[in-house]
Amino acid sequence: MAKFTAKPDELSKIDFKPPKKGWMDTPVEIKEHMFCHAAKPKELDVVGFPNAHEWRPNDEDWKLPENWEKTLLEGMRDLLGKYRSFRLFMDICVRCGACADKCHFFIGTGDPKNMPVLRAELLRSVYRGNFTLAGKILRKIAGARDLTANVLKEWWYYFYQCTECRRCSVFCPYGIDQAEITMMGRELTNLIGLNIGWIAGPVAACYMKGNHLGLEPHTITSSIEFFVDDIETITGIRVNPTFNRKGAEILFVTPSGDLFANPGTYTAMGYLMLFHELGLDYTWSTYASEGGNFGFFTTNEMAKRLNAKIYAEAKRLGVKWILGGECGHMWRVIHQYMDTWNGPADFLEEPVSPITGTKFENTTSAKMVHIAEFTADLIKHGKLKLEPSRNDHLKVTFHDSCNTARGMGLLEEPRYIIRNVCNHFQEMPEDTIREKTFCCGSGTGLNASENMELRLRGGLARANAVKHVHEHYGVNLLANVCAIDRATLTTSMDYWVPGVTVAGVHELVGNALVMKGEKERTQDLRLEPFPGKEGNE
Amino acid sequence: MPTMEFQGKQYEIDEDGYLVNLDDWSKELADHIAKTEDIQMTDAHWEVVNFLRDYYQKYQIAPMIKILVKEIGKVMGPEKGNTKYLYELYPGGPAKQACKIAGLPKPTGCV
Repeated sequence: MAKFTAKPDELSKIDFKPPKKGWMDTPVEIKEHMFCHAAKPKELDVVGFPNAHEWRPNDEDWKLPENWEKTLLEGMRDLLGKYRSFRLFMDICVRCGACADKCHFFIGTGDPKNMPVLRAELLRSVYRGNFTLAGKILRKIAGARDLTANVLKEWWYYFYQCTECRRCSVFCPYGIDQAEITMMGRELTNLIGLNIGWIAGPVAACYMKGNHLGLEPHTITSSIEFFVDDIETITGIRVNPTFNRKGAEILFVTPSGDLFANPGTYTAMGYLMLFHELGLDYTWSTYASEGGNFGFFTTNEMAKRLNAKIYAEAKRLGVKWILGGECGHMWRVIHQYMDTWNGPADFLEEPVSPITGTKFENTTSAKMVHIAEFTADLIKHGKLKLEPSRNDHLKVTFHDSCNTARGMGLLEEPRYIIRNVCNHFQEMPEDTIREKTFCCGSGTGLNASENMELRLRGGLARANAVKHVHEHYGVNLLANVCAIDRATLTTSMDYWVPGVTVAGVHELVGNALVMKGEKERTQDLRLEPFPGKEGNE
Repeated sequence: MPTMEFQGKQYEIDEDGYLVNLDDWSKELADHIAKTEDIQMTDAHWEVVNFLRDYYQKYQIAPMIKILVKEIGKVMGPEKGNTKYLYELYPGGPAKQACKIAGLPKPTGCV
């Protein structure tokens, strides 16, 4: 594959002219840099996904298993029976087009099949042709078509060009959840071994080792020890995290990206400093060592299997409740699925902050609290000594992660924290934040490198909003509460808006937090000197 | 599965040219991969590759970039313990390019 070299001015010229022929007569073209590598058979085998085989998306022959059409149609029948929402979303769309221009992939590619309505229609047309009377009789007039190898390729290409961000759903007058349609589409591709490597790899690793990166227990403890050393360098204080400790009050679970990839590692340092300062009775786990869930991007069942370890570990350790780190899709899973998938968690207690006494009634049943809720509550009760001027060189804006914003309504807490730990905060335009936030462009396991054009095109809408506040208000830091955001927005900013760095909210907390007995701070959590303190080392 | 030929032998690689089997790696093969990446291996380059391989043996994953930075600073002097120096050695990125030459797989997930 040729290297991706397109420059921003080239990529931002987007052709919105639709093809001459109708969409059913315009065959899919699998374009380089727009798709991810195929999953490796061993990664699918390890979790028991069927029909694992070697294939390449840009080959003509995908080496499909025998009777694949039958497998897919039976799979579709099964899903229609299992999920009423799926049947409803197949039936009720009136093609009003309200969603059409709300998708970051449509905005960035101009490809009509990235209009959410049309992406759904790829599946709907086959649904009509096989499961509705009108479609069976009237065929194309009723918008029906057969399932062919080309249709399948179209499904695959476009269901892995949707990040299940659900922005389009906010604008749909019927409330059709496009993410659920993509999820069904991906369930189907998984019946015949057509997963992608960037999802299947982390799923296999998570199943075998407890986290997406495949970090071994001694790797986890050694990484965190490394953060502990850095924190000591910065503050003079040695924090003492514990691992797999039975009888701790709280189990802490965060995405494994925080233990490995910059700038997530700085966010992890922020957590460690905060918990130490509070004297929190908590433990890390080297087993439940992943908050994220790439299984969620494959099948409902796989997501459930991977998520089970969080409650299992909470039970084994005998903790009272669970605190979760800054992650995006993790919170859609926890807020909307975990309780019924893996619950009831009746061995846990309703979460209560041991510092403020606040009951987190929003999670009475799931019993897992988002760290932004936890920290915002601490600040509200005046429990933290903060020195926001340490972040004065930063002009901060906040990117709402799709899943925390639209999937759990976490809108105010991160902003409240940022306003208390930073003196300069500027919102992006209102149509690009909160429930209308734009996706980073690389969610749902599409944060690979071979699909870089797709990622950057998908990230353009978000980047444009950042560019606006960068140019008008001098914003130089994009804060967020998601590990995929931290990794992928860095790439997107370097490309579209150079000069804007990306950080988790708890990195900013760590910088502003005044710890008991700390030395004079001259360095931030990245070990960079604070402005004006360059010579103090 | 694609392969790469070197000295008359075929080696399995992935779509991005990373060796599939850790044990296929040798210094000669590393030199060869480096050439395909337009890199002339010097002692400094080897220092990075050797550290990556040692770390991988122990921890089953490539090190975090900050661990690599600290180690190189320790071995080669504090003025070289920074990301900029690593990028000078490996313009394609220490995580991607140096791991490829060291015969290590790419990390996947929220990275």
